[in-house]
Amino acid sequence: MVKNISRKSWSTITIFVVLALVPPVAHAFDNSFLITMFNRAVIYAVAAVGLDLIIGFGGMVSFGHAAFFGIGAYTAGILGTHAFDGSDFIFGWTGSNDAFVVWPLAMLVAAFFGLIIGLISLRTSGVYFIMITLAFAQLFYFFFVSLSQYGGEDGLSLWDRNAIPGLDLYDRNTFYYLCCAILLAVWFLLSRLVGSRFGRVIIGCKQNERRMRALGYDPLLYKLTAFCISAAIGGLAGALIANHSEFVSPGLLHWSRSGELMVIVILGGLGTLVGPIYGALALFLMEESLVSFTEHWQVILGPVLILVVVFFRGGIVGFLSGAGKATVKSGGDHG
Amino acid sequence: MLLFLEQLLNGLQFGVTLLLMASGLTLIFGIMNLINLAHGSLFMVGAYVGATAIAHGSGFFLGLLAGVGAAAITGMVMEFVIMRRLYRRDHLDQVLATFGLILFFNEMVSIVWGRQPIAMDPPAFLSGTVEFIPGAPYPAFRLAVIATGILVTGFLYFLVMKTRIGMWIRAGASNREMIGALGVNISLLYTLLFGFGAALAGLAGVMAAPFSAVQSGMGENILILTFVVIVIGGIGSIRGAVAGALLIGLTDTLGRVYIPDLMRLWLPPSVADGAGASLASMMIYILMAVVLAFRPRGLFQTHG
Repeated sequence: MVKNISRKSWSTITIFVVLALVPPVAHAFDNSFLITMFNRAVIYAVAAVGLDLIIGFGGMVSFGHAAFFGIGAYTAGILGTHAFDGSDFIFGWTGSNDAFVVWPLAMLVAAFFGLIIGLISLRTSGVYFIMITLAFAQLFYFFFVSLSQYGGEDGLSLWDRNAIPGLDLYDRNTFYYLCCAILLAVWFLLSRLVGSRFGRVIIGCKQNERRMRALGYDPLLYKLTAFCISAAIGGLAGALIANHSEFVSPGLLHWSRSGELMVIVILGGLGTLVGPIYGALALFLMEESLVSFTEHWQVILGPVLILVVVFFRGGIVGFLSGAGKATVKSGGDHG
Repeated sequence: MLLFLEQLLNGLQFGVTLLLMASGLTLIFGIMNLINLAHGSLFMVGAYVGATAIAHGSGFFLGLLAGVGAAAITGMVMEFVIMRRLYRRDHLDQVLATFGLILFFNEMVSIVWGRQPIAMDPPAFLSGTVEFIPGAPYPAFRLAVIATGILVTGFLYFLVMKTRIGMWIRAGASNREMIGALGVNISLLYTLLFGFGAALAGLAGVMAAPFSAVQSGMGENILILTFVVIVIGGIGSIRGAVAGALLIGLTDTLGRVYIPDLMRLWLPPSVADGAGASLASMMIYILMAVVLAFRPRGLFQTHG
């Protein structure tokens, strides 16, 4: 083995190679459902990698991340609806179907609400933070449930997928590889961010906020920025899932969705950024294989989660890179 | 005015149900430093077992006892098998493990009882109404729920603050090793306390069953409200739980009735009804955000 590439880097390379191989393998087995399933996992991984930034590095346990996921999805859904029937959305603008308009907007709207939620929530910490983020997600859940203009409880169909000139997003492979590329980009940018001065400050705030303040940093400012970045990524993933399932509903914001995102992060390995990708694949593969056994698959998944939490700390990536090193989360690659 | 009094009582009754949930949850959190998402599952177990026993002709009190007992036993088993491994873990681990428990219990319930909700009637002797406010007959069962809730909370306060067991519990919360060294079997005590909190959740479940469909996932709706209650009140504080439960119970109930009416004063009825209903369901979360924005550790903060 090449000595100067760490095991963690290997696990990153491996997962992206595996992801890239999915479509050819699926075609070889003539099983196109496999691409659809992996595509869902990849989109959830995008949101989970973003969530790992605040939970794993910032120590902000957000139990309401589905709110941003849903906000992003509804941004795509609502703009798409107006673009489809040509009706007014706001100030005479009839929505849009252009991915280069809709996706950044989904991120922006999610980041905006992240800013508001973060401003209030970050005044608290610990359990209060977990609960208040959950409560905000519920608030948005009920908001969309009662938003009868856009389908309310029944949800909203996305009549057209968003368009990118030169790409056919209806093509299964194209859309899949596009989502993988976005995942890679998000992973890369966040890895750079975590290694930067900004990232060090975030990690420092997790370890000892008072000390960071003594060093002259404003922890709230840094944590809020990280929270908004994470929210924006959640919004982007939401816009992708809206395109993937061509349907948005309040179910995307259900509290169990926030739980699922947290499960993905922990299962894969907290504070590793690549871990959530493993976590998403593991969770969806587990779900699919359990569903083929029994419709009551959650009765097995629940105890599996408990076992993972109790005995399998460090998650999949912690296990792959050697159990002992799993606890060294943020020290970089020492070899 | 009479309608208002009636809604006030409804709010109080809902608040009392929340209080039974919240006092157990806040004790477990305050003393064992454990977040238990599966507290709602104990509520559900209580409701299912109680409703089933009553449907099979056990009579109301035996059914109530069955529901409370089933929840207590489930709680103690849960503590013995899983929770005691999590006391020293961080909150994230606790959230995840108990999230796993929720998945397990919800699915288990639909395996045993099926996916159709089951209904439960209030007992015959409480099915009438009482006219204790002249001109406003009020369902006797709802009054009984309010009375039970007040009695149980009073008992709980007495137990924790005035008895020797309560003293051990409070001592264990401030220093677990020390109380163990003094010869108190603290892990048994915690198991019992957990069972007690579970019994309260089961009681809340049986008493809430006639008002709502007994179905898989029913525990989570009330669980999230319970969290709002204890966060508003201040985690670990019984007084805070009382204040929070009443505040949330009244806000939610009165909000659903009056906010649409209020909105009609300014908006056309068609818009007002939709916006009012949506605002009413968001009201308690807005309330929570406002409270935490000014008092980040709740109204009655206990932890420093």
